[in-house]
Amino acid sequence: MCGLTGFLHKKRKEISGDLIATSITNMRERGNGLGGGFAAYGIYPEYSDFYALHIMYEDNLSKAETETILKENLYIAYQEIIPQRQTPFISTPPILKRYFVKPKSALSPDDEIVKEVMNINLHVKGAFVFSSGKNMGVFKGVGFAEDLANFFRIDEYKGYIWIAHTRFPTNTPGWWGGAHPFALLDWAIVHNGEISSYGINKRYLEMFGYHCCLLTDTEVVAYLLDLLIRRHRLPIEIACKVLAPPFWDEIERMSEDEKKLYKSLRIVYGSALLNGPFAILFSFKDGLVGLNDRIKLRPLVCAETKDMAFMASEECAIRAICDKDAKIYVPRAGEPVIVRLEGGTD
Amino acid sequence: MRVREYPDFFIYRDEKRCTNCKLCIKECSYGVHFYDKKTKRVLSDESKCVGCKRCEVMCPTHALSIQKNPSSFRENALWTETYIKNIYKQAETGGVLLTGMGNPLPYPIYWDKMLLDACQVTNPSIDPLREPMEIRTFLGRKPDALEVEKKAGKNILKTHLPPQIMIDYPVLFAAMSYGALNLNVHRALAKAAEELNILYNTGEGGLHPELYKYGKHTIVQCASGRFGVHPKYLKAGVAIEIKIGQGAKPGIGGHLPGEKVDKEISKTRMIPVGTDALSPAPHHDIYSIEDLKQLIYALKEATEYQKLVFVKIAAVHNVAAIASGIVRAGADAIVIDGFRGGTGAAPTMVRDYVGIPIELAIAVVDDRLRKEGIRNQVSIIASGGIRCSADVVKAIALGADAVYIGTAALIALGCTLCQHCYTGKCPWGIATNDQKLRKRINPEKGSQRLINLVKAWGHEIKEMLGAMGINALESLRGNRERLRGIGLNEKELSILGIKHAGE
Repeated sequence: MCGLTGFLHKKRKEISGDLIATSITNMRERGNGLGGGFAAYGIYPEYSDFYALHIMYEDNLSKAETETILKENLYIAYQEIIPQRQTPFISTPPILKRYFVKPKSALSPDDEIVKEVMNINLHVKGAFVFSSGKNMGVFKGVGFAEDLANFFRIDEYKGYIWIAHTRFPTNTPGWWGGAHPFALLDWAIVHNGEISSYGINKRYLEMFGYHCCLLTDTEVVAYLLDLLIRRHRLPIEIACKVLAPPFWDEIERMSEDEKKLYKSLRIVYGSALLNGPFAILFSFKDGLVGLNDRIKLRPLVCAETKDMAFMASEECAIRAICDKDAKIYVPRAGEPVIVRLEGGTD
Repeated sequence: MRVREYPDFFIYRDEKRCTNCKLCIKECSYGVHFYDKKTKRVLSDESKCVGCKRCEVMCPTHALSIQKNPSSFRENALWTETYIKNIYKQAETGGVLLTGMGNPLPYPIYWDKMLLDACQVTNPSIDPLREPMEIRTFLGRKPDALEVEKKAGKNILKTHLPPQIMIDYPVLFAAMSYGALNLNVHRALAKAAEELNILYNTGEGGLHPELYKYGKHTIVQCASGRFGVHPKYLKAGVAIEIKIGQGAKPGIGGHLPGEKVDKEISKTRMIPVGTDALSPAPHHDIYSIEDLKQLIYALKEATEYQKLVFVKIAAVHNVAAIASGIVRAGADAIVIDGFRGGTGAAPTMVRDYVGIPIELAIAVVDDRLRKEGIRNQVSIIASGGIRCSADVVKAIALGADAVYIGTAALIALGCTLCQHCYTGKCPWGIATNDQKLRKRINPEKGSQRLINLVKAWGHEIKEMLGAMGINALESLRGNRERLRGIGLNEKELSILGIKHAGE
């Protein structure tokens, strides 16, 4: 069990982190204090052309080693300790730093950043890059989500998309790197569930140069999204249909064109199917997507108002922060809910 | 000087039950039982018994029991009965020891050293009786990515997919030739494959005219002897399998004794009646990988790129590198046959001491192809010693797309693994072309038994998937997280790519 919540303002109005903290706090029951986190978009307007690397270090040694690598391959515009507030509920945090960077080589900067992230996470013991997008950032750790909100001074950030997570870890240890959201470039994802297909998803991603090293199954979702949407250029709704494909008997009932498309998707991307119970929210610079597994073994509810869209594990998390008269609905199994910013691109 | 024959079996006949009805005499194709006019009793010559148990099962009064001969040689750990008897045989005949079916020696069976996972609490198991459970499988080359274009709000697929074969169960019937088996058995296999929407394989003996109608469920084999290979044959099925080797006899060609080559078989194989059908050890037009590539493309050209080309090899030490070459040579599927794979006839030494276990071969081939980023370009079909649906699940979790069953299919038809297929006297009517014996297989009933077997395995596979919380077979394929080793050493675990139980 875990809890998710997220919202987006379609006109890019920047909203204080208070709102997301209120929402996630309302689902305290769904976490157990072993992990929580937030992702926000639009929080670094002054460095919007730079990749914001959020890195956690277990010690100064891993920090020194990582910074040598960073200096070698990246141009660093600014770096600092991620601002924190003392709280008795958050103990022994790692060293948390952020760097605003650009790759020195001009060819495909996104790929360069992915390479750097993979390299540090895989090879530098005790160092983890947990956020690497532009004008967005992930804040996460061990603790209840509301305590982490306080610790990371979430109320001081303003963003037009927010997602949050409260964790009840089951399969994998509760540690700072294992908290959600998981992020790569602009992708951030929060996940409730367990990915029974992890073993093959991971091996499939390895064929494309991704290495799963954060000891948790959610990591594969972030990498799959990057592979399908950024590298294979699949439309978002199609990428969602790869993760949670229709059943064969549904495909049989489709029109010829659709049948051909969905059949081919399953044939080619079978190893990317996410099997097992899940509800996920994933955000990117232009939108927010909610998705359930194909037999809906985890809760997900949504609401939409004129300017905003909300998605959460439970209705109470939306009710707490949304107009009273907003219509709340339950998306069907495997049916993605995709909300884009006005004027955004696919 | 003649060394006495020491019988392998002991025939116990309950005199009180035996009515001297002589049915056992009729049933035994090896001439074990006979009627003694003097004593007016049916007697048995145990030295001829192969232990097929046909007489025991058919005896209307259950008077017969075939047992392992309790008489034994002086105990000797080195010189066991098998070695002693084999030397007697060879000293007598000067010939190569022949045998049938798969390697029976007590090598490690890795299937039995791997355990499957199941869900508890944190992810719900899925009940296949109440929820969809998908085991449909597609064989064939897959592109790395698909291109989807958005046009007027609709998503249009731009990529053209190479031909794929859809099967409803990840289980196919392995290559067993017409000649090694009789037409009734082939009829049963073909009919069952059609009903199950899977495939059967002609083996290297060509395709009987009557079976062309099962083309959509047929893999036609092209082996080194090229028996029965002609343009119409190549186009008859949905796939062509180039047989380089087989698990029971890696590096050795096929051998069908002339006694088995009757008029119909001679026609189908395109050889004279009564001649031995000897397949050369290598294909004489394949002396390296580039030659294989030429044959693959020659076959594709001949069939207008409509048929898949499989390449079957025996699992040998260097199987991963060979498999990689085969993928790069253009094969659509690679069949790996482990050292337990069966045969109609093979030299005993080769069957028992050459090759490697299929479990290890699947693991290293799948790993190698992934490391090279070419796993999606080919389907892996594993064969050789698949005994039950759990073996199928384990093979797929290690990385296979589907499996072949040969021995299991024959057992479904009554085979008792007496290992005397090469004699052509199969009392069960399977590995024989004898006019009378082959009537013992009824194609209708035989196909129903094969259908039952595969359907039963299908149910079990769905149960195991559901227990793992997985509702599509593609999420199990190569998912080694769902396997754990038991009693395996570090090296074995690392080759299989699995953790030990408890980890």
